[in-house]
Amino acid sequence: MFEAKVTVRLKKGISDPEGVNTLKALHLLGFETVKNAKTIRTFDLLIDRKNKSDVKKDVEQMCQRLLTNPVIHTYEIEIEEK
Amino acid sequence: MKTKDVKIAILRIEGTNCEQESHDAFKRLGANPEFVHLKQLLNIDCNQDEKRDIFDYQCLMIPGGFSAGDYIRAGAIFAARIKSKLQKKLVEFVKQEYPILGICNGFQVLTELGLLPGIDNIVSSSPEACLNINDSNRFECRPTLLKHENNGKCVFSSKIPKNDIRLIPSAHAEGKLLFPLNKQKKCLDALEENDQIVFRYVDPDGNYAGYPWNPNGSISNIAGICNSQGNVFGMMPHPERTFYRHQHPDWTSTGLNDDSGDGRAIFESVLEYICKKI
Repeated sequence: MFEAKVTVRLKKGISDPEGVNTLKALHLLGFETVKNAKTIRTFDLLIDRKNKSDVKKDVEQMCQRLLTNPVIHTYEIEIEEK
Repeated sequence: MKTKDVKIAILRIEGTNCEQESHDAFKRLGANPEFVHLKQLLNIDCNQDEKRDIFDYQCLMIPGGFSAGDYIRAGAIFAARIKSKLQKKLVEFVKQEYPILGICNGFQVLTELGLLPGIDNIVSSSPEACLNINDSNRFECRPTLLKHENNGKCVFSSKIPKNDIRLIPSAHAEGKLLFPLNKQKKCLDALEENDQIVFRYVDPDGNYAGYPWNPNGSISNIAGICNSQGNVFGMMPHPERTFYRHQHPDWTSTGLNDDSGDGRAIFESVLEYICKKI
């Protein structure tokens, strides 16, 4: 069994209104030391496979077919045996 | 084919919520729309008499809503479920020049499916555009003005004169059309060249204006595009919500005339196309 952690980020140059608004709200709460806020999404997937390289291939496919939109996203995959 | 015989599948899954008015728009024009749950086309969890085939219909419509709760990205789960089993038939449907309409969440689904923008191919293996979060980071819900810019490619706008400005309401949080940043200009040029741009957001004088006239920050003020064949069309605003003139916010001052609303022509255009084609 493996656990795959997929981190999905917005590509450089893609606007992140959620991050901008979070930053504004943090400033309003007095956290003026915060200079930037970016939103990131993670998926933790538990995968029943024997071979780590097969898990990597599967998760790559999952990212391309559902978890990300290549127009706006980049992703990183970390795999750990459970 | 006669209008009364034209069958339209109004496709839905959980979270679709504009199916009734979409259905009514076709029904009021004398056509034969039917609510179809995606499971009926995928043949999952349905009785024998509920099973349907995409080729039972001459037009497919994906209405607005928040399909599957907009989880992952708006339209992504609906698109993934369609891709799981229906992809081949859907591509064949498009190849045979049957029309597909996606409004609001439907536009997001068609984009996630890779059927739009459809510049070089009928379908792309991964999305080539994105309907991203509005620049305002808010759900923008109000009347918007759209200028019709298509020269005749799109089968859903043939009854609207070019440069006509139509009032069609928007209601979305993710409507900002984007192409890959390194190909943005190339994609826009191709869309112009192929006559794939159908509607752009404008101000009351017809100028391309920023927020609030463009509610989402969409590139080049684009509100709706079709594929390069002209038979797959997606737009963020809701033409089914201005089917009648009395649905316009200013009808008491401008009068009802024949009570035809600004969105009606979208449905009339595609019905005329189908009746001529078949």
